[in-house]
This record gives sequence, C-alpha cells and structure tokens, in this order.
Amino acid sequence: MKKVFLFGLLATLTLLPVFGCGKSYKNGEVYVYNWGEYIDPDVLEMFEKDTQIKVIYDEYETNEMMYPKVEAGAVVYDVVCPSDYMIKKMIDNDMLAELNWDNIPNAENIGAQYFETSKEFDPENKYSVPYCWGTVGILYNETMVDEPITKWAQLWDPKYKNQILMQNSVRDAFMVALKLNGYSMNTTNNDELQIAKQSLLDQKPLVQAYVVDQVRDKMIGNEAAIGVIYSGEAIYTQRENENLVYVIPEEGTNVWIDSWVIPKNAKNKENAEIFINYMCKPEIALKNFDFITYSTPNDAARELIEDEDIRNSEIAFPDLTKYNNLETYKYLGEDGDELYNSLWKEVKSE
Amino acid sequence: MKNKFVKWLSLPYAVWSIAFIIIPLLMVFYFGFTDKTGKPTLANIMSISLPVHFKSLLIALLLSLISTIICLLLSYPLAMILSSMNKDNNKLMILIFVLPMWMNFLLRTLAWQTLLENEGVINTILRSLHLPALKIINTPYAIVFGMIYNFLPFMVLPIYNVLCKIDKNLLNAARDLGANEVQTFFKVTLPLSVPGIISGITMVFVPALTTFVISDLLGGSKILLIGNVIEQEFTLNSNWNLGSGLSIVLMLFIVISMIITAVFDKDGEGSAL
Repeated sequence: MKKVFLFGLLATLTLLPVFGCGKSYKNGEVYVYNWGEYIDPDVLEMFEKDTQIKVIYDEYETNEMMYPKVEAGAVVYDVVCPSDYMIKKMIDNDMLAELNWDNIPNAENIGAQYFETSKEFDPENKYSVPYCWGTVGILYNETMVDEPITKWAQLWDPKYKNQILMQNSVRDAFMVALKLNGYSMNTTNNDELQIAKQSLLDQKPLVQAYVVDQVRDKMIGNEAAIGVIYSGEAIYTQRENENLVYVIPEEGTNVWIDSWVIPKNAKNKENAEIFINYMCKPEIALKNFDFITYSTPNDAARELIEDEDIRNSEIAFPDLTKYNNLETYKYLGEDGDELYNSLWKEVKSE
Repeated sequence: MKNKFVKWLSLPYAVWSIAFIIIPLLMVFYFGFTDKTGKPTLANIMSISLPVHFKSLLIALLLSLISTIICLLLSYPLAMILSSMNKDNNKLMILIFVLPMWMNFLLRTLAWQTLLENEGVINTILRSLHLPALKIINTPYAIVFGMIYNFLPFMVLPIYNVLCKIDKNLLNAARDLGANEVQTFFKVTLPLSVPGIISGITMVFVPALTTFVISDLLGGSKILLIGNVIEQEFTLNSNWNLGSGLSIVLMLFIVISMIITAVFDKDGEGSAL
C-alpha cells in the first residue's frame, strides 16, 4: 500500500523534468547508496573517467536508515553497501538481485575466507561482494583513564561517569550489553534481553552521549575518555590523536562485513556490476583503504600496502583466531527486530 | 475579468499545497489509522498511552513550555525597546537580530554543540580565565537553551509588530488621565499587545514541541522527546504506521494552540511576520 501512495506523490514530482548539466557520459549512469565517508571521492571521479558512467552518489548513517529508503524505492539505487545482517534481511524479503559473476572478474582479489564468512548471511555467495570488514571495540584515551581498558565491563565503572560514548544504534548498543552478560548478540530470548536492557539502563547515567559518526571527532578532541567504535575508525583517530588506543574487548564482540549488493529493482544492473568490479581492483581498493582506513578484504590490495606496520596492523587485520566469542550479526526476523527496537526505546526514554 | 486573472495566479500555490501539504497529510492519516497490513486500527493513536511515548510527550511539553515562557520574558522588553527607538536605529537592530536566521538551522545548532562541549570553545575560554567550566551539554538545559536560541526571533517579531501599531495618542491619553507608567503598561500596552504575544507563543511553542534535531545534537540522544520517537519510527524502525499515529496525536496539540491563537488574534495582527 505504501507504494501506491508514494506513486501518487512521485507522479506529481516527476512533472519536474530532470535536466542533465555539465559533462555528458556515454555509458549512462549508476546510482550508488553507501555509508557516509566510506569511499575516496577521487575514486568516484576516476571511475567516471575510466568507464564513462556517471555516478549519482548518496550516503546513509545506519543500516536501519538505509533499509526503508531502498524498500520504499523513492530513488532506485543500483548499488548499496549494507552490513551482513541487513543483507540477510534484504535477501529474505526478496529485495536483492543475483550477481552475474562473469561481470565481476576482479572479485577473485577478495580473500576466500571473507566469502566463507559471507555464507552466514549469503549462503551461496550469490548476492554480495565484500567491501570492508572489521570489529567493534573500545577506543580509549590513555591519558584520561587510570588503567588499560580491556573489557566491556569497564564501561560500567562509575569513575568514568560522563566520559563514555555509546553507539546510538540498536544492535551495537545491545551487542555491548549482551556480551557483557555473556549472552549471544543474536539472542531473541526475552529474559536475556531484559537483563541486557537493565544493564543499559544502569549504564545510562554514566554515558556522556549516544552518537554514531561523532565518536571519532569527540575522541580526537579529548571530549570523552572511552568510546565504542568501529575498528576502521581507529587507525584514522590514532593518526589525529596519538593517545588513543583501540582494543577488542575480552568478552567478545561483533565481526562485521559490509558488502556491495544490487537491489532487485535496479535500473542499471550492468553498470552496477561494472562499479563493483572497479571497486575490487587492487589499486582502487588500496586507495579506498588509505582514505577510509577500514580493513579491506581485498588480499591483493593488502599486499600493495607499503607501510609494514599497517599491513600487519592488529587493528586493521586482526588474527581473529586469537579471540573468543566473536560473532557476526544475524537478521533477527521482524518480531526480533521489533523486540530490540521497543527495548531500545525504553532505554532511551528513561 | 481582473478577478479571474488573480484566481489563476493562485494556481501555483494551489498545486504546491496539494502536492506538498494536503497529499502528505492524507498519507499521514492513512498510515496513522491502519496497521502494517493496511487494516484499519486505532492502536497507533492509542499507543500514546504507553509509558515510553507518554513520557516523551510530557518531557517535550515541559521543555517547550519552559522555553516558550523564557522566550516571552526575554522578548517583551526587547520588543518594547525596539519599538520605542527611532526608525533608523531599530532597522539596524532588527537586522542584527534576524541575521542568524539566514544561516541554516542545523548548522547553528551544530555550532552550539562545539561551543558548549566540555572541551568546547566556551569552556576553553572559561578555563583559561580560571572560571568553573560550564557543564550543560547533553542535559535538558542544553536542549532548552537550543530551543530559546533558535526560536527567539519568532517571539520578538510578532510582539514588535503589534507594539509598533499601538497609537501613541492612547498612551498620552492614559498619562493625561493620571495613570502612571506602570498603570499605562498594564491597562493599555499589555492588553493591546495580546495578539502579538499569542502568535509569538504559538510560533515558538509548536516548533519547540515537535523538534528532534535540537534534542539529538544538544541532548546527546539521552533525552527522548516525542519528536525523536516519531523520527525514529520512520527512519530506524521503519514503522510508518506508528510514526504517523503519534504524529496525529501531536497534531492535536498543535491544532489546540492554533485555536487559542485564532480566538485571541481575530484580526490576524500578530501573525504579520
């Protein structure tokens, strides 16, 4: 029903003609919907020049913000870059198109183990090409804490009142609380979730703010002592502020993969595949890695990294076998999503 | 003939309001009164009675009420000063006052975030002067502050408008008849400026009640206002039905405040912004 109404609205909007301006591109266009600051802007320009395909590029802040937009189809995107559990949700809801691997030969540069991990959400490797991966951990400022931070439990230490930044997204916030209590972060057990909710409520007076992308700037600016952050941000923040340390907490955490997918309703599927293929080129993947500092699954690109410290960095390329209790988010189903959302709302409104 | 021509001129506005006001409003009502499968239901509306939603509505009402009162207390004297100044001077004053409104609302609020932060501009200055730091970021105080800062001009301008229109002869007559300054103010100026006050109150109260940006940026997402709940239902939980239902409840409060305006401001004097 949503679609019928949107169509009515869109019909009035399409009265406004679309004028192309400036350069013309021979090979049409591709609509890309990606995370904020998740690509080197130069790469987009190079892509346009090399392939003569115009890129229309939009950004989102969380998976949950991306999903309704793609679902509603107000703008039809050709390439999207969701995370693992969201890809599963999109597959389950029949929103993704199968990839034609013949058009993406560069995918062979991606390490086999990442396709193996991808099977958790894309069982037959039919829909997704890994783009970035990493962990969620704690970033802390050495000069502002009394002892090294090694576990989630320290985020409940009253002496860090108003020094803690939590993630303002349902799954990440609950992941921390569930791991703290020794549960799986994919649980839909109501009792376990109630305990996790209580933990988050207990923690709330200590939290300075719930933020998403701002963790980075606030940590660099010495605004807080401890923050929950994605590993990819860690290298960047350390470049800007040498007192910052990133750790994977003892209780375990989330290992995630963001992958390129093509929505079923994409209008430029072939261009989308050309785009994905281009992103898998080693030198392009390297350029993106240098810019966004999120771990690349592109083994060929990793070989090209000149700085040995970074190539063997424990933050960018941790040896996952060393850690216990690492998990990947799973899609919880509609009921599970609703349960998490309503509990999170209770935490936030308290 | 002339009349007909004028009617045609209003066509673009009619198209605009149908496309961007009437149709979206109808959609909000449609979603608000149906569930995910499209069946009619009142559950979305009734969910305002859930503690989570009700509490966020109460906090929103409280914070917007406080900021409206403070805005009024700050604006009235200012508007009086502006209206008593000579024409050339007050034009400059008003320009200075309106100038920040030319900047984007979001940017102004973000700027306040960097100003108010613990390691922000204001605190750095305070610390270098050995004064105690200001700790209001991520608290309800910062939200109220943001509301007052952003919506103050909407209170000043309507009051100023009404005060300017008061016939000076009325004031002189009051003084001639023996009223002192205080009596003149309460018996003449204040009653005559009620339309401006009322429209100022609506113009501050309504956006303050519905805001979600200010509470997000200055409140550190720790305080959930009803606006935040609605925003999250749309953007995060993809539950358009619940979001629409709560919007309808919120609209009720807005309609009430508009009715109050209409009663007090029959001639539409104060709304001439």
